[in-house]
Amino acid sequence: MLKVDNLKKRFGDFEAVKGISFAVEKGEVLGFLGPNGAGKSTTMRMITGFIPPTSGTASICGHDIIKDPIAAKACLGYLPENAPSYRAMTVTEFLTFVARIRGFHGKAARAKVDAALEKARLTNVARQTIDTLSKGYRQRTCFAQAILHDPQVLIMDEPTDGLDPNQKFVVREMIKEMAAEKAIIISTHILEEVDAVCTRALIIAQGEIKADGTPDELRAKDPSGKLDVVFHNLTMGKEGN
Amino acid sequence: MCPCKTLSVFRREFKSYFDSPVAYVFLVAFLVLVGFLTFGFSSYYERGQAVLTPFFIWHPWVYLLLVPAATMGLWAEERRNGTIELLLTMPITLTEALLGKFLAAWTFIGVGLALTFPILITTSYLGNPDWGAVICGYVGSFFLAGAATAIGVFASSLSRSQVIGFVVALAILFTLLIIGFDPVLGAIAGWGVPTYVTDALSSCSLLKHYMSLGRGVLDFADVGYYVGMIVFMLAAAQYVTDCRKAS
Repeated sequence: MLKVDNLKKRFGDFEAVKGISFAVEKGEVLGFLGPNGAGKSTTMRMITGFIPPTSGTASICGHDIIKDPIAAKACLGYLPENAPSYRAMTVTEFLTFVARIRGFHGKAARAKVDAALEKARLTNVARQTIDTLSKGYRQRTCFAQAILHDPQVLIMDEPTDGLDPNQKFVVREMIKEMAAEKAIIISTHILEEVDAVCTRALIIAQGEIKADGTPDELRAKDPSGKLDVVFHNLTMGKEGN
Repeated sequence: MCPCKTLSVFRREFKSYFDSPVAYVFLVAFLVLVGFLTFGFSSYYERGQAVLTPFFIWHPWVYLLLVPAATMGLWAEERRNGTIELLLTMPITLTEALLGKFLAAWTFIGVGLALTFPILITTSYLGNPDWGAVICGYVGSFFLAGAATAIGVFASSLSRSQVIGFVVALAILFTLLIIGFDPVLGAIAGWGVPTYVTDALSSCSLLKHYMSLGRGVLDFADVGYYVGMIVFMLAAAQYVTDCRKAS
């Protein structure tokens, strides 16, 4: 469903992403792990078509993000970092705007908005202005826009960052509910997320993939069997020890 | 290109003006300024003629102050809040989004212009104005507002700061207005600048083309100038937004 082929990104002399390739199939929840500045967000921004790669490409449901960006973006749901939204709008107005951009109008748009409100557990704040909501609700509002069109591929950049434990629990439950039907990528630097929702994880550092496997396979890389030790060793190298 | 997507962005942007007091402050400021300048400075009543020249003559200077205020947030806010990442990863092209924003701001200023109708009623009550000149004046003013809006959209695309968007738009507009002003052209000519250069500068001026429309002459060259200016500024805004959207 999602295929990433040798993506590279260079900003001036700095090579932020140094040739990343992987694929995600339906039913997989891929954890995209790495320390801050590892190139996670840059990679996601290239996959979603927000910034062009220096070389390489990605395809979503068979549509190349560079050659056919509109068709590729139509199959994609994206929750950017910090869950941005138009804060002066109410939750319903915001989701209706997204539905219209995604080609739903009239009753079809209303049905999509209602379904997204329900899935993201937002029905009780549907008429509230986004600016007046707590961070957890704002996160879920942005989550609702990402799943509104029932996309086959869902990409989320740090979806639980800054949330309290209860809010994290709700977001993870929502991800699990739809995991079987979609190919999902979650970028995070919170390792507990991997055990909580991921079926597979990539560890990325300095713009390269350092490890790729199921959570158990990654744990087996160190005698301690602890994911945080494996993560530290792979992302910091010897100088970090 | 899909008009529905442009229309969706248009609706959101247009409504967002009225979601805050911005729209009402803008419209009241526009009407008060135009009214004050027309009746207070241009001796509208003392002329003894039913003409709208003293009304139209002030529009470029009112737009100079107010259009940058209406356009400064169009892209700057999207970048500051990160919603640009949301918008441009949806199945919409940058051109569709840009057009939606531009048309929303232009229509909003058009609403302000339409609300000046009491001056029109006053004039037709006092005498018998030349309706051709009146329509021409309104068309000219609307196109001038369009060009100013496109300049504002471009300025807003330059950074995530609304203040920079405002100041840059003001500077570009001011320059494009005064290069059509005779005393300014005279001063430039006084520096030994060849006539063809001053003529070229004058033909680039927003003011010169506005003045000829204001005289009641609907010349396609003037309309073409405004359309060209709008297209050029929107193309520049598209280029800048595309290059700087992630910064």
